[in-house]
Amino acid sequence: MYVAVKGGERAIDNAHAWLAEERRGDTAIAALSIAQIREQLKLSVDRVMAEGSLYDPDLAALAIKQARGDLIEAIFLIRAYRTTLPRFGSSLPVETARMAVIRRISATYRDLPGGQVLGPTFDYTHRLLDFALAAEGLDVVEAPSANPEGLDNVPHVMGFLNRESLIEAPGAGDEVPPDLTRNPLQLPANRALRLQALARGDEGFLLSLAYSTQRGYGNTHAFVGELRIGQVTVEAELPELGFAIEIGEIELSECETVNQFGGSKSEPPQFTRGYGLVFGQSERKALSMSLVDRALRWKELGESHSPAPARDEEFVLSHCDNIQATGFLEHIKLPHYVDFQSELELVRRLRAAAITPSGKEE
Amino acid sequence: MNTRPEAAPLLSVRGLAKYYGTRIGCTDVSFDLWPGEVLGIVGESGSGKSTLLSCLAGHQQPDRGEIHFDGRDLLAMSEPERRRLSRTEQAFVHQNPRDGLRMGISAGGNIGERLMAVGARNYGQIRETGLDWLGRVEIAGARIDDRPSAFSGGMQQRLQIARNLVTAPRLVFMDEPTGGLDVSVQARLLDLLRGLVRDLGLSVVLVTHDLAVVRLLAHRLMVMKSGQVVEQGVTDQVLDDPQHGYTQLLVSSVLQV
Amino acid sequence: MNVASADNYNFAYLDEQTKRMLRRAILKALAVPGYQVPFAPREMPMPYGWGTGGVQVSAACLVPEDRLKVIDQGADDTTNAVSIRKFFQRVAGVATTETTTEATVIQTRHRIPETPLKEDQILVYQVPIPEPLRFLEPRETETRRMHALEEYGLMHVKLYEDIARHGEIATAYAWPVMAEGRYVMTPSPIPKFDNPKLSDCPAIQLFGAGREARIHALPPWTKVVSLDFEDHPFQASKADHACEICGSCESYLDEVITDDQGGRMFVCSDTDFCSTRSNAQQSGAA
Repeated sequence: MYVAVKGGERAIDNAHAWLAEERRGDTAIAALSIAQIREQLKLSVDRVMAEGSLYDPDLAALAIKQARGDLIEAIFLIRAYRTTLPRFGSSLPVETARMAVIRRISATYRDLPGGQVLGPTFDYTHRLLDFALAAEGLDVVEAPSANPEGLDNVPHVMGFLNRESLIEAPGAGDEVPPDLTRNPLQLPANRALRLQALARGDEGFLLSLAYSTQRGYGNTHAFVGELRIGQVTVEAELPELGFAIEIGEIELSECETVNQFGGSKSEPPQFTRGYGLVFGQSERKALSMSLVDRALRWKELGESHSPAPARDEEFVLSHCDNIQATGFLEHIKLPHYVDFQSELELVRRLRAAAITPSGKEE
Repeated sequence: MNTRPEAAPLLSVRGLAKYYGTRIGCTDVSFDLWPGEVLGIVGESGSGKSTLLSCLAGHQQPDRGEIHFDGRDLLAMSEPERRRLSRTEQAFVHQNPRDGLRMGISAGGNIGERLMAVGARNYGQIRETGLDWLGRVEIAGARIDDRPSAFSGGMQQRLQIARNLVTAPRLVFMDEPTGGLDVSVQARLLDLLRGLVRDLGLSVVLVTHDLAVVRLLAHRLMVMKSGQVVEQGVTDQVLDDPQHGYTQLLVSSVLQV
Repeated sequence: MNVASADNYNFAYLDEQTKRMLRRAILKALAVPGYQVPFAPREMPMPYGWGTGGVQVSAACLVPEDRLKVIDQGADDTTNAVSIRKFFQRVAGVATTETTTEATVIQTRHRIPETPLKEDQILVYQVPIPEPLRFLEPRETETRRMHALEEYGLMHVKLYEDIARHGEIATAYAWPVMAEGRYVMTPSPIPKFDNPKLSDCPAIQLFGAGREARIHALPPWTKVVSLDFEDHPFQASKADHACEICGSCESYLDEVITDDQGGRMFVCSDTDFCSTRSNAQQSGAA
């Protein structure tokens, strides 16, 4: 009954009770544990951490459980929790060159120092449903492990290009980047701020934007210079100590693209860079981010103005956050009858005025 | 040359230069434009005439030189002052009417915008002025509530002119106003423009590659090549007795057509 | 895992640093009536578009002695009003009320209460799109420039187009206003019936847009003019009926469909106003 919108205190309580019941599902089936979600739905957990901007697999798993598997809802829970956390300080920049990689590939070289490391990837699987997984209690066959030596100090591919000045020098990056969660987004944004917004941005939105650049809407001719996934240590400087100490480890996906070169009569041509960095194992997101990052850099690289959605900073940054998007989209479910009432009266009046003077009404 | 009775030129340009990196947009441009005078700027594409126009109109910042409008230093003006000027005493007619019109807004709204921007708040009067201006540019008053997208190219261009002239500007910049139109449509538009310029006493800086247009409209002519003014003078004199080799080439190529 | 319980949150949910940031923005907004002050919104435990801007502004204003009223569509008992009121009961423990005259802070969505506000009250509006020029010009960089230069011609072009097409200005709610002769601002999507109440109001009026990260404000006694033409003046309007419960002819009415035969009735949208009137009538009759 529509009356439920007014006088709704009990209705809300009941709806919440029902939701809780639905969330649990059939009680004859064992409930999921946080550990099960964390271990077996890891890529969902990773996405929730990335877009929720909070690295905590247990909390992300809890959010997924509470959200009944709705990842955007889970991201929302994490964001709302994150915002209440006190901020003690910031870490030093993480050194992805010292990442302990589980996966590291380059599309621009056949082979290279450090090697091509496929890691746990879906890439070359055949997408056939594995009905064996439907049977419970099967033991996993252990994967053979190679000699892991040297995988925690793999050189960056971009370094090879940089040594020959074939690619633009990496940005200086000594400045403290602005913080999107503590300061309002001011446009135009610098690259650090853009990357921050993209790192929190919706994977699907960035995927579509990146895809659109590949289809000619702001093409940047991207090659994957390097994609690497693995653990990095996080260090922070404590004022009391005066030096940095290790405070933990996080898993990251990093993508660097080599893009179409610029140059002019005075400046020799050079490849340009796109960059993506995401919490967890989220390579689709990292790739998308680096393509969109590169597309957004057209102005600073002196490229000519040709409008495309992925090159439009204001458009991309204003719409990439799925928590903002879903909130505003879904708010149209709220009652709007006061406004609708005044529209109703307006339309009635306009219709009456339109019909009467011409005498069309008989 | 400048032995006219008016005390001061309306627009005075000295040593204007604009570079794109090391490439010259335009350089060393100096001229005076007097009230009621139409100055034609001709040259091939890439000659710097459009760069010059956009510097004069304030769309681009020149790298060197001075521009005075009615004694006021345009380059020293604040942005609000500059923008107020460009919607009151100055106007800009684009080659493509889509750049100068709001395509989603009715003809009347297009004409009324400049009036409302400077404070007109009486709907009836705004509409009356709109109808008056539609008449002056030979568009039927019944089309006042139609959007420009329903107009032909020639009508769109005439509407753009009405939208610009409604606040009685003193100086109008025109960028190839007849470009992209059929020859017969061009002739009608030129005729209309000539009448308006004369009746309203407008000063005009007119950029075109079409010598027929300047012969009909411009009192004086400036010929540009590679960013520089190679010849200037009274229109008929320049066209009938070109001194510079490049002007001779331009004129002869037109005569061949 | 360390999950905080509701009791671990700071008074009114937000930490004091955040509230200080919000208060700075609010003060700036009050100093420049109608100007949209950027602020850094926090993620709130309710979705963007559901009142996060209003909630953050309220949270920054509330002190333990406050008495809070929350309305949506004029009513205290609409679902979202209930939800926001409960939120502040839980995280701030402030007293709440449904009586307009008793409230010190009133958070609203889409309405201004019928009962005139007083000097010691704060009215907090939830704002979806704070930029009145947004649907004429989608770019923030461009609209900020238009405000800075007072280039409001386009706003009137929109009103002109309405009259040309419909014979009158076809805006029923969120009718744009000019604050203190300088900034064009949106009053949020209140019906135009409420617009006259914006001007010369003794209470502080604060407008919070969470997703869009903007706060604007009207200090007490600010002159607020609804945009119009001399010959097509602004007119507040409402359904031409009296409330079927309290009989008021002055209050804004909801149209309630009573059956599927086209039957309908009109009742006050402001539930407190309506019940106060009908209670007075009953006690007067008794």
